[in-house]
Amino acid sequence: MLNFPIYLDHNATTPCDPRVVEAMIPYFTNNFGNAASRNHAFGWQAEEAVDLAREQVAQLIGADPKEIIFTSGATEADNLAIKGVFEMYASKGNHIITCNIEHKAVLDTCKHIEKEGGEVTYLKVKDNGLVDLAELEAAIKPTTILIALMYANNEIGTVMPMKEIGAIAKRHGVLVFSDATQAVGKIPVDVNTDGIDLMAFTGHKMYGPKGVGALYVRRKNPRVKVTAQMDGGGHERGMRSGTLNVPGIVGFGKACEICRLEMAEETKKLSALRDKLETELLKVEESYLNGDKEHRLPHVSNISFKYVEGEGLMMGFNKNIAVSSGSACTSASLEPSYVLKALGLGDDLAHSSLRFGLGRFTTEEQIDYTIKQVTDTVNKLREMSPLWEMFKEGIDMNSIEWAHH
Amino acid sequence: MAYSEKVIDHYQHPKNVGTLDKSKKTVGTGLVGAPECGDVMRLQIEVDESTGLITDAKFKTFGCGSAIASSSLATEWLKGKSVDDAIKIDNMTIVEELNLPPVKIHCSVLAEDAIKAAVNDYRKKNGLEELKFEDSVIH
Repeated sequence: MLNFPIYLDHNATTPCDPRVVEAMIPYFTNNFGNAASRNHAFGWQAEEAVDLAREQVAQLIGADPKEIIFTSGATEADNLAIKGVFEMYASKGNHIITCNIEHKAVLDTCKHIEKEGGEVTYLKVKDNGLVDLAELEAAIKPTTILIALMYANNEIGTVMPMKEIGAIAKRHGVLVFSDATQAVGKIPVDVNTDGIDLMAFTGHKMYGPKGVGALYVRRKNPRVKVTAQMDGGGHERGMRSGTLNVPGIVGFGKACEICRLEMAEETKKLSALRDKLETELLKVEESYLNGDKEHRLPHVSNISFKYVEGEGLMMGFNKNIAVSSGSACTSASLEPSYVLKALGLGDDLAHSSLRFGLGRFTTEEQIDYTIKQVTDTVNKLREMSPLWEMFKEGIDMNSIEWAHH
Repeated sequence: MAYSEKVIDHYQHPKNVGTLDKSKKTVGTGLVGAPECGDVMRLQIEVDESTGLITDAKFKTFGCGSAIASSSLATEWLKGKSVDDAIKIDNMTIVEELNLPPVKIHCSVLAEDAIKAAVNDYRKKNGLEELKFEDSVIH
Protein backbone atom coordinates (compact mmCIF):
# COMPACT_ATOMS: atom_id res chain seq x y z
CA MET A 1 0.00 0.00 0.00
CA LEU A 2 1.34 3.37 -1.00
CA ASN A 3 1.02 6.20 1.48
CA PHE A 4 0.92 9.69 0.03
CA PRO A 5 2.68 12.01 -0.32
CA ILE A 6 5.90 10.24 -1.27
CA TYR A 7 9.02 12.11 -0.16
CA LEU A 8 11.84 12.21 -2.73
CA ASP A 9 13.56 15.41 -1.64
CA HIS A 10 16.10 14.03 0.81
CA ASN A 11 18.76 16.54 -0.26
CA ALA A 12 16.60 19.27 1.22
CA THR A 13 16.11 17.52 4.52
CA THR A 14 15.46 14.07 5.95
CA PRO A 15 12.96 12.81 8.50
CA CYS A 16 14.36 11.99 11.93
CA ASP A 17 15.00 8.30 12.35
CA PRO A 18 12.70 7.08 15.17
CA ARG A 19 15.79 5.72 16.95
CA VAL A 20 17.20 9.25 16.95
CA VAL A 21 14.04 10.72 18.45
CA GLU A 22 14.00 8.05 21.10
CA ALA A 23 17.56 8.89 22.13
CA MET A 24 16.74 12.61 22.33
CA ILE A 25 13.54 12.54 24.38
CA PRO A 26 15.04 12.19 27.91
CA TYR A 27 17.20 15.27 27.28
CA PHE A 28 14.18 17.53 26.92
CA THR A 29 12.66 16.62 30.29
CA ASN A 30 14.45 14.64 32.99
CA ASN A 31 17.99 15.18 31.74
CA PHE A 32 17.64 18.83 30.92
CA GLY A 33 20.92 20.01 32.42
CA ASN A 34 23.32 22.54 30.97
CA ALA A 35 26.45 20.74 29.80
CA ALA A 36 28.50 23.63 31.11
CA SER A 37 27.22 23.25 34.69
CA ARG A 38 30.27 21.70 36.28
CA ASN A 39 29.06 21.39 39.87
CA HIS A 40 25.98 19.21 39.91
CA ALA A 41 24.57 15.98 38.60
CA PHE A 42 22.32 17.64 36.02
CA GLY A 43 25.31 19.22 34.34
CA TRP A 44 27.41 16.07 34.55
CA GLN A 45 24.67 14.04 32.94
CA ALA A 46 24.34 16.50 30.07
CA GLU A 47 28.08 16.68 29.61
CA GLU A 48 28.33 12.92 29.51
CA ALA A 49 25.66 12.77 26.80
CA VAL A 50 27.45 15.42 24.76
CA ASP A 51 30.75 13.56 25.14
CA LEU A 52 29.20 10.39 23.77
CA ALA A 53 27.64 12.27 20.85
CA ARG A 54 30.94 13.97 20.09
CA GLU A 55 32.53 10.55 19.90
CA GLN A 56 29.77 9.22 17.63
CA VAL A 57 30.11 12.20 15.31
CA ALA A 58 33.91 12.00 15.25
CA GLN A 59 33.88 8.28 14.54
CA LEU A 60 31.75 8.72 11.42
CA ILE A 61 34.37 10.97 9.82
CA GLY A 62 37.55 9.41 11.24
CA ALA A 63 38.26 12.35 13.55
CA ASP A 64 39.20 12.78 17.18
CA PRO A 65 36.25 13.85 19.38
CA LYS A 66 38.19 16.95 20.44
CA GLU A 67 38.14 18.09 16.82
CA ILE A 68 34.34 18.43 16.70
CA ILE A 69 32.84 21.89 17.26
CA PHE A 70 29.06 21.76 17.58
CA THR A 71 27.15 24.50 15.77
CA SER A 72 23.55 25.29 14.83
CA GLY A 73 24.00 23.66 11.44
CA ALA A 74 26.09 23.62 8.30
CA THR A 75 25.50 27.26 7.37
CA GLU A 76 26.99 28.39 10.67
CA ALA A 77 29.86 25.92 10.30
CA ASP A 78 30.57 27.24 6.77
CA ASN A 79 30.64 30.79 8.07
CA LEU A 80 32.82 29.90 11.05
CA ALA A 81 35.31 27.99 8.92
CA ILE A 82 35.77 30.56 6.16
CA LYS A 83 35.55 33.76 8.19
CA GLY A 84 37.42 32.13 11.07
CA VAL A 85 40.34 31.04 8.89
CA PHE A 86 40.40 34.36 7.04
CA GLU A 87 40.76 36.24 10.32
CA MET A 88 43.06 33.76 12.08
CA TYR A 89 45.51 33.45 9.17
CA ALA A 90 45.45 37.09 8.03
CA SER A 91 49.19 37.38 8.53
CA LYS A 92 49.79 34.51 6.08
CA GLY A 93 47.62 35.77 3.25
CA ASN A 94 44.15 36.74 2.15
CA HIS A 95 43.41 34.49 -0.84
CA ILE A 96 40.71 31.80 -0.86
CA ILE A 97 39.92 29.39 -3.68
CA THR A 98 36.41 28.00 -4.08
CA CYS A 99 34.15 27.04 -7.00
CA ASN A 100 31.01 28.29 -8.68
CA ILE A 101 28.66 25.46 -7.64
CA GLU A 102 29.16 25.77 -3.90
CA HIS A 103 26.16 26.25 -1.66
CA LYS A 104 25.13 29.86 -1.04
CA ALA A 105 26.34 29.52 2.55
CA VAL A 106 29.86 29.25 1.13
CA LEU A 107 29.50 31.57 -1.87
CA ASP A 108 27.90 34.39 0.08
CA THR A 109 30.44 34.01 2.88
CA CYS A 110 33.19 34.33 0.26
CA LYS A 111 31.52 37.48 -1.08
CA HIS A 112 31.56 38.83 2.47
CA ILE A 113 35.29 38.03 2.65
CA GLU A 114 35.85 40.02 -0.54
CA LYS A 115 34.18 43.03 1.06
CA GLU A 116 36.53 42.64 4.00
CA GLY A 117 39.55 42.92 1.71
CA GLY A 118 40.01 39.25 0.89
CA GLU A 119 40.62 37.86 -2.58
CA VAL A 120 38.54 34.93 -3.80
CA THR A 121 39.03 32.76 -6.89
CA TYR A 122 35.85 31.04 -8.07
CA LEU A 123 36.90 28.03 -10.12
CA LYS A 124 34.50 27.09 -12.90
CA VAL A 125 33.54 23.43 -12.75
CA LYS A 126 33.66 21.24 -15.84
CA ASP A 127 30.48 20.12 -17.62
CA ASN A 128 30.28 17.11 -15.29
CA GLY A 129 30.25 19.29 -12.17
CA LEU A 130 33.80 18.51 -10.99
CA VAL A 131 36.71 20.94 -10.62
CA ASP A 132 39.71 20.65 -12.90
CA LEU A 133 42.61 19.71 -10.61
CA ALA A 134 45.24 21.37 -12.83
CA GLU A 135 43.23 24.57 -12.74
CA LEU A 136 42.96 24.31 -8.98
CA GLU A 137 46.70 23.91 -8.56
CA ALA A 138 47.39 26.77 -10.98
CA ALA A 139 45.14 29.06 -8.96
CA ILE A 140 47.24 28.67 -5.80
CA LYS A 141 49.34 31.73 -4.99
CA PRO A 142 51.77 32.60 -2.19
CA THR A 143 48.89 34.45 -0.49
CA THR A 144 46.47 31.49 -0.66
CA ILE A 145 45.35 30.40 2.80
CA LEU A 146 42.33 28.21 2.08
CA ILE A 147 40.80 25.94 -0.53
CA ALA A 148 37.04 25.69 0.12
CA LEU A 149 35.40 22.98 -2.00
CA MET A 150 32.22 21.06 -1.31
CA TYR A 151 32.44 17.30 -0.86
CA ALA A 152 29.21 16.59 -2.76
CA ASN A 153 26.88 18.95 -4.56
CA ASN A 154 23.36 19.42 -3.27
CA GLU A 155 21.62 19.73 -6.64
CA ILE A 156 23.34 17.15 -8.81
CA GLY A 157 24.99 14.94 -6.19
CA THR A 158 28.43 14.94 -7.80
CA VAL A 159 31.33 14.07 -5.50
CA MET A 160 34.53 16.11 -5.75
CA PRO A 161 37.93 14.33 -5.83
CA MET A 162 38.69 15.30 -2.23
CA LYS A 163 41.78 13.06 -1.83
CA GLU A 164 43.44 14.66 -4.85
CA ILE A 165 42.38 18.12 -3.72
CA GLY A 166 43.76 17.40 -0.25
CA ALA A 167 47.10 16.22 -1.72
CA ILE A 168 47.46 19.35 -3.86
CA ALA A 169 46.71 21.58 -0.86
CA LYS A 170 49.23 19.73 1.30
CA ARG A 171 51.96 20.17 -1.33
CA HIS A 172 51.40 23.92 -1.24
CA GLY A 173 50.83 24.27 2.49
CA VAL A 174 47.25 25.48 2.05
CA LEU A 175 44.36 24.50 4.33
CA VAL A 176 41.35 22.58 2.95
CA PHE A 177 37.81 23.29 4.07
CA SER A 178 34.97 21.16 2.74
CA ASP A 179 31.24 21.71 3.03
CA ALA A 180 30.34 18.03 3.34
CA THR A 181 26.68 18.55 4.24
CA GLN A 182 25.44 16.22 1.51
CA ALA A 183 28.21 13.63 1.79
CA VAL A 184 28.63 12.81 5.49
CA GLY A 185 26.47 9.86 6.45
CA LYS A 186 25.87 8.96 2.78
CA ILE A 187 29.33 7.95 1.57
CA PRO A 188 32.54 7.12 3.45
CA VAL A 189 34.22 10.37 4.51
CA ASP A 190 37.52 10.27 6.38
CA VAL A 191 39.19 13.56 7.18
CA ASN A 192 42.62 11.97 7.37
CA THR A 193 42.68 9.96 4.16
CA ASP A 194 40.87 12.82 2.39
CA GLY A 195 43.32 15.43 3.68
CA ILE A 196 40.65 17.75 5.03
CA ASP A 197 41.49 20.36 7.69
CA LEU A 198 38.04 21.81 8.29
CA MET A 199 34.66 20.31 7.42
CA ALA A 200 31.05 21.39 7.85
CA PHE A 201 28.08 19.04 8.12
CA THR A 202 24.67 18.88 9.71
CA GLY A 203 22.24 16.56 11.47
CA HIS A 204 19.07 17.03 9.46
CA LYS A 205 20.53 15.72 6.19
CA MET A 206 21.29 12.37 7.82
CA TYR A 207 18.09 11.53 9.69
CA GLY A 208 19.00 13.65 12.70
CA PRO A 209 17.28 16.77 14.02
CA LYS A 210 17.37 20.24 12.45
CA GLY A 211 19.28 23.02 14.16
CA VAL A 212 22.43 21.09 14.99
CA GLY A 213 25.58 20.61 12.98
CA ALA A 214 29.31 20.54 13.37
CA LEU A 215 32.56 21.98 12.18
CA TYR A 216 35.49 19.62 12.19
CA VAL A 217 38.69 21.51 13.01
CA ARG A 218 41.98 19.58 12.71
CA ARG A 219 44.18 19.51 15.81
CA LYS A 220 47.27 17.76 14.49
CA ASN A 221 49.35 18.02 11.29
CA PRO A 222 48.65 20.90 11.18
CA ARG A 223 46.94 22.30 14.25
CA VAL A 224 44.20 24.53 12.83
CA LYS A 225 42.48 27.39 14.61
CA VAL A 226 39.59 29.61 13.67
CA THR A 227 38.61 32.96 15.11
CA ALA A 228 35.28 32.72 16.92
CA GLN A 229 32.43 34.54 15.17
CA MET A 230 30.28 34.90 18.26
CA ASP A 231 31.32 36.29 21.61
CA GLY A 232 30.20 34.62 24.80
CA GLY A 233 31.03 31.94 27.31
CA GLY A 234 33.84 30.37 25.32
CA HIS A 235 32.19 26.99 24.73
CA GLU A 236 33.57 24.51 22.23
CA ARG A 237 37.23 25.28 22.90
CA GLY A 238 36.52 28.96 22.53
CA MET A 239 35.49 28.64 18.91
CA ARG A 240 31.72 28.65 19.33
CA SER A 241 30.08 30.23 22.33
CA GLY A 242 26.54 29.44 23.33
CA THR A 243 24.86 26.87 25.56
CA LEU A 244 25.03 23.49 23.89
CA ASN A 245 21.83 22.17 22.33
CA VAL A 246 22.03 18.93 24.33
CA PRO A 247 18.98 17.07 22.93
CA GLY A 248 19.94 18.12 19.40
CA ILE A 249 23.53 17.03 19.87
CA VAL A 250 22.42 13.68 21.34
CA GLY A 251 20.19 13.14 18.27
CA PHE A 252 22.95 14.19 15.90
CA GLY A 253 25.31 11.72 17.56
CA LYS A 254 22.82 8.89 17.33
CA ALA A 255 22.14 9.74 13.68
CA CYS A 256 25.87 9.58 12.94
CA GLU A 257 26.17 6.21 14.66
CA ILE A 258 23.27 4.76 12.64
CA CYS A 259 24.73 6.09 9.40
CA ARG A 260 28.14 4.60 10.20
CA LEU A 261 26.70 1.17 10.96
CA GLU A 262 24.16 1.01 8.14
CA MET A 263 25.81 2.99 5.35
CA ALA A 264 27.06 0.06 3.30
CA GLU A 265 23.71 -1.66 3.20
CA GLU A 266 21.76 1.54 2.68
CA THR A 267 23.99 2.58 -0.22
CA LYS A 268 23.40 -0.74 -1.93
CA LYS A 269 19.64 -0.42 -1.63
CA LEU A 270 19.47 3.25 -2.58
CA SER A 271 21.75 3.08 -5.59
CA ALA A 272 19.72 0.17 -6.98
CA LEU A 273 16.48 2.14 -6.59
CA ARG A 274 18.06 5.32 -7.95
CA ASP A 275 19.43 3.47 -10.96
CA LYS A 276 16.03 1.98 -11.69
CA LEU A 277 14.35 5.37 -11.50
CA GLU A 278 17.01 7.00 -13.62
CA THR A 279 17.15 4.29 -16.28
CA GLU A 280 13.40 4.40 -16.75
CA LEU A 281 13.15 8.20 -16.82
CA LEU A 282 16.03 8.53 -19.27
CA LYS A 283 13.99 6.39 -21.65
CA VAL A 284 11.71 9.40 -22.04
CA GLU A 285 12.58 11.12 -25.30
CA GLU A 286 14.79 14.24 -24.95
CA SER A 287 15.63 13.69 -21.29
CA TYR A 288 19.12 14.31 -20.01
CA LEU A 289 21.08 13.42 -16.87
CA ASN A 290 22.78 16.39 -15.21
CA GLY A 291 26.20 15.94 -13.60
CA ASP A 292 28.79 13.18 -13.64
CA LYS A 293 27.31 9.68 -13.74
CA GLU A 294 30.22 7.99 -11.95
CA HIS A 295 31.41 10.35 -9.25
CA ARG A 296 28.27 11.02 -7.31
CA LEU A 297 26.11 10.19 -4.32
CA PRO A 298 24.14 6.95 -4.45
CA HIS A 299 20.73 8.46 -3.80
CA VAL A 300 20.47 11.47 -6.12
CA SER A 301 19.47 11.92 -9.73
CA ASN A 302 18.99 15.23 -11.54
CA ILE A 303 17.26 14.98 -14.91
CA SER A 304 16.14 17.60 -17.44
CA PHE A 305 13.04 16.91 -19.51
CA LYS A 306 13.46 19.21 -22.47
CA TYR A 307 10.52 21.36 -23.64
CA VAL A 308 8.61 21.14 -20.37
CA GLU A 309 9.07 23.57 -17.50
CA GLY A 310 10.06 22.11 -14.12
CA GLU A 311 7.53 23.82 -11.91
CA GLY A 312 4.70 23.07 -14.29
CA LEU A 313 5.92 19.49 -14.34
CA MET A 314 5.96 19.19 -10.54
CA MET A 315 2.44 20.53 -10.39
CA GLY A 316 1.30 17.43 -12.24
CA PHE A 317 2.16 15.17 -9.31
CA ASN A 318 3.17 17.25 -6.32
CA LYS A 319 0.04 16.33 -4.46
CA ASN A 320 1.49 12.83 -4.22
CA ILE A 321 5.23 13.17 -4.84
CA ALA A 322 7.69 15.70 -3.38
CA VAL A 323 10.72 16.49 -5.52
CA SER A 324 12.48 19.75 -6.36
CA SER A 325 13.31 21.60 -9.55
CA GLY A 326 16.10 23.79 -10.88
CA SER A 327 13.43 25.99 -12.35
CA ALA A 328 13.01 29.19 -10.43
CA CYS A 329 9.63 30.25 -11.62
CA THR A 330 8.61 31.30 -8.14
CA SER A 331 11.70 33.30 -7.30
CA ALA A 332 11.59 37.02 -7.91
CA SER A 333 14.60 36.85 -10.23
CA LEU A 334 13.15 34.10 -12.46
CA GLU A 335 16.72 32.87 -12.73
CA PRO A 336 17.08 29.11 -12.94
CA SER A 337 19.61 27.12 -10.92
CA TYR A 338 23.14 28.59 -10.99
CA VAL A 339 24.51 25.10 -10.43
CA LEU A 340 22.96 23.72 -13.60
CA LYS A 341 23.99 26.82 -15.55
CA ALA A 342 27.57 26.30 -14.31
CA LEU A 343 27.53 22.89 -16.02
CA GLY A 344 26.98 24.71 -19.29
CA LEU A 345 23.29 23.89 -19.49
CA GLY A 346 21.19 26.42 -21.34
CA ASP A 347 18.58 28.23 -19.30
CA ASP A 348 15.90 26.20 -21.06
CA LEU A 349 17.33 22.89 -19.83
CA ALA A 350 17.90 24.30 -16.37
CA HIS A 351 14.23 25.32 -16.23
CA SER A 352 13.29 21.76 -17.22
CA SER A 353 15.11 19.90 -14.47
CA LEU A 354 13.91 17.77 -11.59
CA ARG A 355 16.00 16.56 -8.66
CA PHE A 356 15.09 13.21 -7.15
CA GLY A 357 16.58 12.55 -3.72
CA LEU A 358 15.93 9.09 -2.34
CA GLY A 359 16.25 8.18 1.32
CA ARG A 360 16.35 5.57 4.04
CA PHE A 361 12.62 4.89 3.91
CA THR A 362 12.14 4.97 0.12
CA THR A 363 10.52 1.81 -1.28
CA GLU A 364 10.53 0.21 -4.71
CA GLU A 365 6.77 0.67 -4.90
CA GLN A 366 7.26 4.42 -4.47
CA ILE A 367 9.85 4.46 -7.23
CA ASP A 368 7.59 2.55 -9.63
CA TYR A 369 4.77 4.99 -8.95
CA THR A 370 7.10 7.96 -9.47
CA ILE A 371 8.38 6.63 -12.79
CA LYS A 372 4.84 6.36 -14.09
CA GLN A 373 3.63 9.72 -12.78
CA VAL A 374 6.62 11.68 -14.06
CA THR A 375 6.57 10.02 -17.47
CA ASP A 376 2.84 10.60 -17.90
CA THR A 377 3.07 14.24 -16.84
CA VAL A 378 6.00 14.94 -19.16
CA ASN A 379 4.03 13.48 -22.05
CA LYS A 380 0.89 15.39 -21.13
CA LEU A 381 2.70 18.72 -20.84
CA ARG A 382 4.56 18.20 -24.07
CA GLU A 383 1.20 17.87 -25.80
CA MET A 384 0.57 21.45 -24.75
CA SER A 385 4.11 22.77 -25.21
CA PRO A 386 4.67 25.01 -28.24
CA LEU A 387 8.37 24.18 -28.02
CA TRP A 388 7.73 20.45 -28.26
CA GLU A 389 5.60 21.09 -31.36
CA MET A 390 8.39 23.14 -32.94
CA PHE A 391 10.93 20.46 -32.07
CA LYS A 392 8.74 17.80 -33.66
CA GLU A 393 8.35 19.95 -36.78
CA GLY A 394 12.12 20.37 -36.99
CA ILE A 395 12.07 24.12 -36.40
CA ASP A 396 15.38 25.53 -35.21
CA MET A 397 14.48 27.30 -31.98
CA ASN A 398 17.58 29.44 -32.13
CA SER A 399 16.26 30.98 -35.36
CA ILE A 400 13.27 32.44 -33.53
CA GLU A 401 13.45 35.95 -32.22
CA TRP A 402 12.20 35.44 -28.69
CA ALA A 403 10.67 38.31 -26.82
CA HIS A 404 12.96 38.20 -23.78
CA HIS A 405 11.32 39.61 -20.76
CA MET B 1 3.05 28.06 -2.16
CA ALA B 2 -0.26 26.44 -2.84
CA TYR B 3 -2.06 27.05 -6.10
CA SER B 4 -5.64 28.30 -6.21
CA GLU B 5 -8.32 25.80 -7.13
CA LYS B 6 -8.99 27.60 -10.39
CA VAL B 7 -5.33 27.34 -11.43
CA ILE B 8 -5.32 23.65 -10.57
CA ASP B 9 -8.53 23.11 -12.53
CA HIS B 10 -7.18 24.81 -15.66
CA TYR B 11 -3.90 22.91 -15.29
CA GLN B 12 -5.66 19.56 -14.99
CA HIS B 13 -8.32 20.28 -17.58
CA PRO B 14 -6.85 22.91 -19.89
CA LYS B 15 -9.34 24.43 -22.32
CA ASN B 16 -8.58 24.85 -26.00
CA VAL B 17 -5.14 23.27 -26.23
CA GLY B 18 -4.14 23.01 -29.84
CA THR B 19 -3.02 24.57 -33.07
CA LEU B 20 -4.86 26.57 -35.73
CA ASP B 21 -3.66 26.76 -39.31
CA LYS B 22 -1.43 29.81 -39.18
CA SER B 23 -1.28 30.08 -42.97
CA LYS B 24 -4.94 31.07 -43.04
CA LYS B 25 -5.67 34.76 -43.39
CA THR B 26 -8.37 34.52 -40.74
CA VAL B 27 -5.97 33.19 -38.11
CA GLY B 28 -3.80 35.42 -35.93
CA THR B 29 -0.90 33.94 -33.97
CA GLY B 30 0.90 35.43 -30.98
CA LEU B 31 4.10 33.83 -29.68
CA VAL B 32 5.51 35.49 -26.56
CA GLY B 33 8.07 34.72 -23.87
CA ALA B 34 11.34 32.85 -24.26
CA PRO B 35 12.56 29.36 -23.38
CA GLU B 36 15.39 30.85 -21.29
CA CYS B 37 12.89 32.68 -19.15
CA GLY B 38 10.99 29.49 -18.43
CA ASP B 39 7.79 30.40 -20.21
CA VAL B 40 6.62 30.56 -23.80
CA MET B 41 2.99 31.10 -24.79
CA ARG B 42 1.48 30.65 -28.20
CA LEU B 43 -2.06 31.92 -28.53
CA GLN B 44 -4.09 31.81 -31.74
CA ILE B 45 -7.42 33.31 -32.73
CA GLU B 46 -9.63 32.62 -35.71
CA VAL B 47 -11.80 35.54 -36.80
CA ASP B 48 -15.05 35.54 -38.77
CA GLU B 49 -14.32 38.24 -41.34
CA SER B 50 -17.95 39.23 -41.82
CA THR B 51 -18.74 39.81 -38.15
CA GLY B 52 -15.26 40.57 -36.75
CA LEU B 53 -15.94 38.09 -33.98
CA ILE B 54 -13.45 35.53 -32.69
CA THR B 55 -14.89 32.10 -33.49
CA ASP B 56 -12.06 29.94 -32.15
CA ALA B 57 -9.03 30.29 -29.90
CA LYS B 58 -6.24 27.82 -29.16
CA PHE B 59 -3.10 27.85 -27.04
CA LYS B 60 0.04 25.94 -26.27
CA THR B 61 2.20 26.95 -23.33
CA PHE B 62 5.58 25.97 -21.97
CA GLY B 63 5.65 27.15 -18.38
CA CYS B 64 4.45 26.74 -14.84
CA GLY B 65 0.88 25.94 -13.81
CA SER B 66 -0.05 29.62 -13.58
CA ALA B 67 1.17 30.29 -17.11
CA ILE B 68 -0.82 27.33 -18.42
CA ALA B 69 -3.93 28.44 -16.50
CA SER B 70 -3.58 32.07 -17.68
CA SER B 71 -3.46 31.08 -21.32
CA SER B 72 -6.22 28.51 -20.95
CA LEU B 73 -8.45 31.15 -19.35
CA ALA B 74 -7.55 33.70 -22.03
CA THR B 75 -8.72 31.37 -24.82
CA GLU B 76 -12.02 30.87 -23.01
CA TRP B 77 -12.57 34.59 -22.73
CA LEU B 78 -11.58 35.27 -26.33
CA LYS B 79 -14.17 33.07 -27.97
CA GLY B 80 -17.16 35.12 -29.07
CA LYS B 81 -15.48 38.45 -28.42
CA SER B 82 -14.85 40.99 -31.16
CA VAL B 83 -11.23 41.62 -32.05
CA ASP B 84 -11.56 45.12 -30.66
CA ASP B 85 -12.85 43.86 -27.34
CA ALA B 86 -10.18 41.16 -27.16
CA ILE B 87 -7.40 43.69 -26.75
CA LYS B 88 -9.22 45.19 -23.80
CA ILE B 89 -8.59 42.07 -21.71
CA ASP B 90 -6.42 43.30 -18.87
CA ASN B 91 -3.88 41.10 -17.15
CA MET B 92 -5.18 42.12 -13.72
CA THR B 93 -8.57 40.59 -14.56
CA ILE B 94 -6.75 37.30 -15.12
CA VAL B 95 -4.89 37.75 -11.83
CA GLU B 96 -8.19 38.27 -10.00
CA GLU B 97 -9.99 35.41 -11.69
CA LEU B 98 -7.19 32.92 -10.97
CA ASN B 99 -6.11 34.37 -7.60
CA LEU B 100 -2.52 34.58 -8.79
CA PRO B 101 0.03 35.54 -6.13
CA PRO B 102 2.38 38.50 -6.83
CA VAL B 103 5.24 36.26 -8.06
CA LYS B 104 2.93 34.88 -10.75
CA ILE B 105 1.64 38.19 -12.11
CA HIS B 106 4.10 37.94 -14.98
CA CYS B 107 2.16 34.89 -16.23
CA SER B 108 -0.94 37.04 -16.67
CA VAL B 109 1.10 39.76 -18.36
CA LEU B 110 2.37 37.17 -20.77
CA ALA B 111 -1.20 36.11 -21.58
CA GLU B 112 -2.22 39.72 -22.21
CA ASP B 113 0.81 40.17 -24.45
CA ALA B 114 -0.06 36.98 -26.33
CA ILE B 115 -3.59 38.24 -27.03
CA LYS B 116 -2.26 41.55 -28.35
CA ALA B 117 0.35 39.80 -30.47
CA ALA B 118 -2.31 37.48 -31.95
CA VAL B 119 -4.60 40.41 -32.78
CA ASN B 120 -1.77 42.33 -34.41
CA ASP B 121 -0.76 39.30 -36.44
CA TYR B 122 -4.37 39.04 -37.67
CA ARG B 123 -4.48 42.77 -38.49
CA LYS B 124 -1.19 42.60 -40.34
CA LYS B 125 -2.38 39.67 -42.45
CA ASN B 126 -5.47 41.60 -43.38
CA GLY B 127 -3.77 44.81 -44.37
CA LEU B 128 -4.65 46.68 -41.22
CA GLU B 129 -2.23 48.84 -39.33
CA GLU B 130 -0.68 47.12 -36.30
CA LEU B 131 -1.80 48.56 -33.00
CA LYS B 132 0.78 50.11 -30.73
CA PHE B 133 0.62 49.09 -27.11
CA GLU B 134 2.37 50.60 -24.20
CA ASP B 135 5.01 48.21 -22.95
CA SER B 136 3.75 46.06 -20.15
CA VAL B 137 5.05 47.23 -16.84
CA ILE B 138 6.00 43.91 -15.34
CA HIS B 139 8.26 41.69 -17.38
